[in-house]
Amino acid sequence: MNPLKKVTGRVAVLDRPDVDTDQIMPKQFLSRIERTGFGQFLFWDWRFEEDGTLRDDFPLNNPAVAGAKILLAGRNFGCGSSREHAPWGLQDYGFDVVIAPSFADIFASNCTKIGFLALRLPEAEVHALMAEVDGRNGSELTVDLETLTITSPAGRTIPFELDPSIQRRLVEGLDDIGLSMLQGAAISAFEAKRVPTPDTVALAARR
Amino acid sequence: MARTLFEKLWDNHVVTDEPGEPALLFIDLHLIHEVTTPQAFDGLRLAGRKVRRPDLTIGTMDHNTPTTGKPATNPLAVAQLDALAANCEEFGVPLFPLFSGREGIVHVIGPEQGLTQPGMTIVCGDSHTATHGAFGTLAFGIGTSEVEHVLATQTLLQRKPKSMRVHFEGKLPTGLTGKDMILGAIGQLGVAGGVGYAFEYTGEAIRALSMEGRMTVCNMSIEAGARAGMIAPDETTFAYLKGRPAAPQGADWDAAVERWRALASDEGATYDAEVVIDVRALEPQVSWGTNPGMVAPISGHIPNPADIADPGDRDALERALHYMDLKPGTAIRDIAIDRVFIGSCTNSRIEDLRAAAAVAAGRHVSPSVYAMVVPGSALIKKQAEEEGLDRIFTEAGFDWRYAGCSMCLAMNEDTLQPGERCASTSNRNFEGRQGRGGRTHLVSPEMAAAAAIAGHFVDVREFDLAAVGA
Repeated sequence: MNPLKKVTGRVAVLDRPDVDTDQIMPKQFLSRIERTGFGQFLFWDWRFEEDGTLRDDFPLNNPAVAGAKILLAGRNFGCGSSREHAPWGLQDYGFDVVIAPSFADIFASNCTKIGFLALRLPEAEVHALMAEVDGRNGSELTVDLETLTITSPAGRTIPFELDPSIQRRLVEGLDDIGLSMLQGAAISAFEAKRVPTPDTVALAARR
Repeated sequence: MARTLFEKLWDNHVVTDEPGEPALLFIDLHLIHEVTTPQAFDGLRLAGRKVRRPDLTIGTMDHNTPTTGKPATNPLAVAQLDALAANCEEFGVPLFPLFSGREGIVHVIGPEQGLTQPGMTIVCGDSHTATHGAFGTLAFGIGTSEVEHVLATQTLLQRKPKSMRVHFEGKLPTGLTGKDMILGAIGQLGVAGGVGYAFEYTGEAIRALSMEGRMTVCNMSIEAGARAGMIAPDETTFAYLKGRPAAPQGADWDAAVERWRALASDEGATYDAEVVIDVRALEPQVSWGTNPGMVAPISGHIPNPADIADPGDRDALERALHYMDLKPGTAIRDIAIDRVFIGSCTNSRIEDLRAAAAVAAGRHVSPSVYAMVVPGSALIKKQAEEEGLDRIFTEAGFDWRYAGCSMCLAMNEDTLQPGERCASTSNRNFEGRQGRGGRTHLVSPEMAAAAAIAGHFVDVREFDLAAVGA
């Protein structure tokens, strides 16, 4: 995956709690077998009327936030389905970072695997940032993953926390699978002593 | 030192645990399906990697399959199903394809085949994987990148979650179900109450549940934000497992049961958090909003945004009521429905179908309602037909369908039309979940069947029930 060190860009605000992955990437787009191209379907039902025209009432449709790289969102963002198509869509749409007071566990984990930052800040700080962001003029902010700081539109420096192992993976663009495969000997040793569990190949062969 | 069930499961599967790094956990069973795997297999191909343990992996077709009993015709669905078959063939992974007789919803077939056994770690690219926790397993949903990781290494990188005991206090009143217990718990905990935790469900009411009921409870752990939820195995667990195709036999069975008994949380073991859910006064539950925490008893009413102090919460409630087209103060009983869906990994097992059939027998679906029953697997469909449940349903005016996920997530042709209101035994009432503009109310199978007949929500305990099933 591509390293993610520092992001400076426009901010879009979606101030709703419990935004679920069904909203982020509706099921009718999960039939695709590719990993790319999901950005066009992001927030489909919220972005588009049934006839395909843009909905005026959806914040991402504001021309001033076109090309936004950072999404400011409400608590428990990404709840529900485990579909990784949701972070794929956010990333493909152009976002590199979502900032929210909290994230659903599976969504947060999925983000770390694709070089996308789910950044947690205290709820009061998220609201303070939302208040600073001027949607009409397309405010910008900077997220620095190496110094773990945000520079707000008003120029404030806000520190944030990130699991050091996730920080390293994102900043260096490390591939989890490659790293874990280096543990092949440890996995083999574990396999040699574990209590056997059902053999699916044998089960399927039985009729 | 006294340990919880969760700690034992965790400790037994740690391959490496280096300071500052997530642990590498061994995975005993990896369940795969057509929707969250094609990109993972592509990743393996690109990197020239193999599936490390095809013998601990099994595939089924469920999410994107028709329930007509005919092959898929939607070209995207066909391509996705074909991709799973080709990938399983290429990488040597066993598969229960559509119409093989053993296929079905991924969280139904694992237990049904006896693949899900106490003490195991189980993962699947599906958030309802905690279903298997009903057997005393550590089971949780993962994303497609993690699916690829498990395929390549049979392990997963994980930070250890905190543990929460969810204790159901008291005896469950007659006529209530595991679905009512878990909906009530989510209503109390909220949809983010379990974020960062693995749940262990305890208490007399849990012990009294069948395995089907326990699976319903564990299934919806994710709707409270918990990635995993589990129940210590006991005699009910062993009786369910015994004789199933993948269950141990003979002396192996006895040895396994002895190991499984030792999994229960030790006396004096402590949890990071504990919550008590009093079930003594619980009523049948009906969700009214756009997440599973928005739930009320059948005697309840739609809440009023004016009573909510927090502006963010008030706004969220107003949005939900607007989407659901419901007015504050409306009695749950007065909500009329257009559709009924009985099915999903939450409530599509034989006991669920028997419970719904006991309500439906000798009655008829309201003329204003279209109701469908979708068994969880091909084998459940067969068993239900042997028990005559299909005839009870069809004579009562229900549509009896082929097995699959169906209108739980509505990836196939089974969808709500805009504005339609549905009583559903599934797990999510999110906006558009069952079809754009569709309105979902989550209930138990009994309550769904009763609503189908009445045309609106009604307390199923007012119905005389027929004796059905085996």
